[in-house]
Amino acid sequence: MANFSKSNVPRFSVDVYQNAYLPEGGREVNAIVTVTSTGGGTTGGVPLADAAPVSTRTPGRAGPSAAVVLMVDCSGSMDYPPTKMRNARDATAAAIDTLRDGTQFAVVAGTHVAEDVYPGDGRLATADASTRARAKEALRRLSAGGGTAIGTWLRLADRLLGAAEVDIRHGILLTDGRNEHEAPEDLRAALESCAGRFTCDARGVGTDWEVKEVTAIASALLGTADIVADPTGLAADFTRMMENAMGKEVADVALRLWTPVGVEIVFVKQVAPTVADLTGRRTGAGPRAGDYPTGSWGDESRDYHVCVRVPEAGIGQEMLAARVSLILPATSGDAAPQTLSQGLVRAVWTDDMVASTSINPQVAHYTGQAELAQVIQQGLDARKSGDFDGATAKLGRAVQLASASGNADTAKLLSKVVDVVDAATGTVRLKARVADADEMTLETRSTKTVRVKK
Amino acid sequence: MSQIHEQASLPGCPGCEEPLESGDLFCGACGYDLSAVPAPPGDRPTVAITVPAPSAAGRAPAAPVEWPSASETDSSDLPAPTHRPADLPGTDSGGRPLPTADQAQGPAAVRPAAPDAVRSDRPDDGPEGASGDFELAAPDPRTAEHAAAAGATGGKVCVACRSGRVDTDGYCENCGHAQPRERDHLERELDSVAAVSDRGLRHHRNEDAFAVSSTALPDGSPAVVAIVCDGVSSATRPDEASAAAATAANEALLESLPRGTHPQQAMHEAILAASEAVNALAQEPGRAGEQDPHRHQNAPACTLVGAVMAGGLLVVGWVGDSRVYWVPADRTGPPARLTEDDSWAAQMVATGLMNEAEAYADERAHAITGWLGADAYELEPHTASFKPDRPGLVVVCTDGLWNYAEAATEMAAAVPSDAYERPLHGAQVLVGHALDGGGHDNVTVALLPFAVPSPGAGSACGTT
Repeated sequence: MANFSKSNVPRFSVDVYQNAYLPEGGREVNAIVTVTSTGGGTTGGVPLADAAPVSTRTPGRAGPSAAVVLMVDCSGSMDYPPTKMRNARDATAAAIDTLRDGTQFAVVAGTHVAEDVYPGDGRLATADASTRARAKEALRRLSAGGGTAIGTWLRLADRLLGAAEVDIRHGILLTDGRNEHEAPEDLRAALESCAGRFTCDARGVGTDWEVKEVTAIASALLGTADIVADPTGLAADFTRMMENAMGKEVADVALRLWTPVGVEIVFVKQVAPTVADLTGRRTGAGPRAGDYPTGSWGDESRDYHVCVRVPEAGIGQEMLAARVSLILPATSGDAAPQTLSQGLVRAVWTDDMVASTSINPQVAHYTGQAELAQVIQQGLDARKSGDFDGATAKLGRAVQLASASGNADTAKLLSKVVDVVDAATGTVRLKARVADADEMTLETRSTKTVRVKK
Repeated sequence: MSQIHEQASLPGCPGCEEPLESGDLFCGACGYDLSAVPAPPGDRPTVAITVPAPSAAGRAPAAPVEWPSASETDSSDLPAPTHRPADLPGTDSGGRPLPTADQAQGPAAVRPAAPDAVRSDRPDDGPEGASGDFELAAPDPRTAEHAAAAGATGGKVCVACRSGRVDTDGYCENCGHAQPRERDHLERELDSVAAVSDRGLRHHRNEDAFAVSSTALPDGSPAVVAIVCDGVSSATRPDEASAAAATAANEALLESLPRGTHPQQAMHEAILAASEAVNALAQEPGRAGEQDPHRHQNAPACTLVGAVMAGGLLVVGWVGDSRVYWVPADRTGPPARLTEDDSWAAQMVATGLMNEAEAYADERAHAITGWLGADAYELEPHTASFKPDRPGLVVVCTDGLWNYAEAATEMAAAVPSDAYERPLHGAQVLVGHALDGGGHDNVTVALLPFAVPSPGAGSACGTT
């Protein structure tokens, strides 16, 4: 739907939630930074003003120019059961139907090698009625057979997308099995070379794939990861993913953190909608500043948890502990990057104990959500390794956290793995029999968070 | 604030702003090695007065205070008169005598202002270190290029690290330290009143505010106004509340006094006007970025105390625990406290549940029972009118000062002996007294020298 009341230019706002007050000798400053982007993604075909920050856009075209590569697992296992291949074809067709006219796209059939089955010849097709029909025609010819080497699929997608002059580059990857036909380091190297060049959502279908592989792809390429345990759910999921990709308005937005001399960055995490540690993904950006990648943005809001350690200062002093800004990289070589919005993280030393000991509700909430994701991971790992006591303790804590924070989705997933005796105290019993799909769903979605109840 | 009194621009220490004398190799206050840096740029921001005016000892008074002394009131020539509590007749709003406990104290408690009441700036003076607000980091070699850039462009240089430029949001680009703000230290001097306000050493901003002014009554005789407000820290935007209240009360008095309203009535109305100004703040949305969740939903609030000298009367008015003291020019006379706090401690004492010492030692002592703000239960402005029979100094102050000189005799001891003639200097010394005591709160004090109109001369108050 066209929404004429909205600005055509995506606007970013930064809100900082923190308790700036530190006790004497206090050094650690925590802040939740909420970044909200509005105005993009819902233009619904209304041409965007030329003044939009994304200047490579072809004038007169609806929406930002985008290129999408669909990577479909065609390994032999996709035929067991045969409905899996059929559903993957249908889902890919549904995703192609969701492509906006003018979007460039390609379909890659992935086995132990990658082949661009449509349009082929290392090119991208431009979406319209006839190319969509021909792409679906090509899908019908897909058959299962061969191994799985996801790194090769990603590298091909990167080559295809890299040739396109577009604003948004996105991949959608579907797999049903483990990445067995290349070394883990080959996949890691492929992810490293693709990171920052395009974003990618990853989906595991069935229950024979490796959760950590799929989530690693999504996290490296700043996309989402999920499980589609029942192949019949694929079409709906693909449609949603493609709609989401079509809603992206700006790519390559970075979270820039400036800190004064002597301030140490403890961590930078995305905490909503999912937990993702960005601390290690910093790239330097001038004196005392570093950029953390956030990928592309549509109409959405994300929360980041920034924790820094400041040098001690006396009571009554105030300093800027960090300046958080959203940066759009320069589109041409010599132009300065564009600052979209910024917020300040402060530190004020006080002898008012009430002020310095109170914990900001947002910080407390997301500290809990991050711990929730971590204890689920640890609990499931312990369970797999046969440490049932450890698993019970960790998953019990997870139940407690999920229930206290109102994370109903995660609580529901947990209840399929453990019997909850008392959620408030975190008393649980491991279920004797747990469906693989339930365990994998919990593991894949453990990083999903809920926002603070206002 | 065009009339803020500014010190003449003496060359100051680049570290702590301490004035220097020619030939100094090290700063006398912070030990800064003066040979190591070039002279500070001439356009140092005036807001960089981080150290509350160090007052008498260190700094030569910049501009001599042109205080026209009323010759007939020159106390030093007079023999010490005997004094009685009734020397200072006072009435409350209802015309009844005031219960001023301090007046009962005997002459033994009175002592002349000792020289040690003057704040010294030796660094080993106080537990806080008397010299500055910012711990000075050694210049960071990595920021050398920054310093050069800052110097070259003439931007404001950070007072904390001296190498970073100050960003538009008021923080150093290098070390992140907040820069002193205008309200951190304010001084103002008129002919017949002077006031000083300071952030203190433990608070990160100044939530006190004051307003001083002078006007004329319909008969042409002068009227002098001083208003001092203390923002309630546990409320939202206390700094805005105190500023609004001081401004509104001052304006109300400047409007009503020239019309001939009785000063006591005018004071009553001024407090109501101030109350409305503070209440209005509660309706405004908070500033963006003010995210103090533990203090939200708390309407802006402040205390108020004011003094008006007009037509031979001294009228005081107050809500909360800011105070007015009377210190006679002739120090052999008894000083007095002219206000009764709206505070937990005062209530305990008034009801006889605790003695003063016990009450003020209690951690609840400073809980106030009356304030200006939308969440005040019911506003009870107190006013009192006095007709002093001798010259004296009216000290209008927040608890940031009287915490360090609670009894009237202590306050009198802290007031320098020449404060009657040099009220600005006197106010600076009193602020210094509070800072030496620890400066745990914002400190604001206004001094009004009260001259008794000479008999028959009517309005000849010596000030015009």
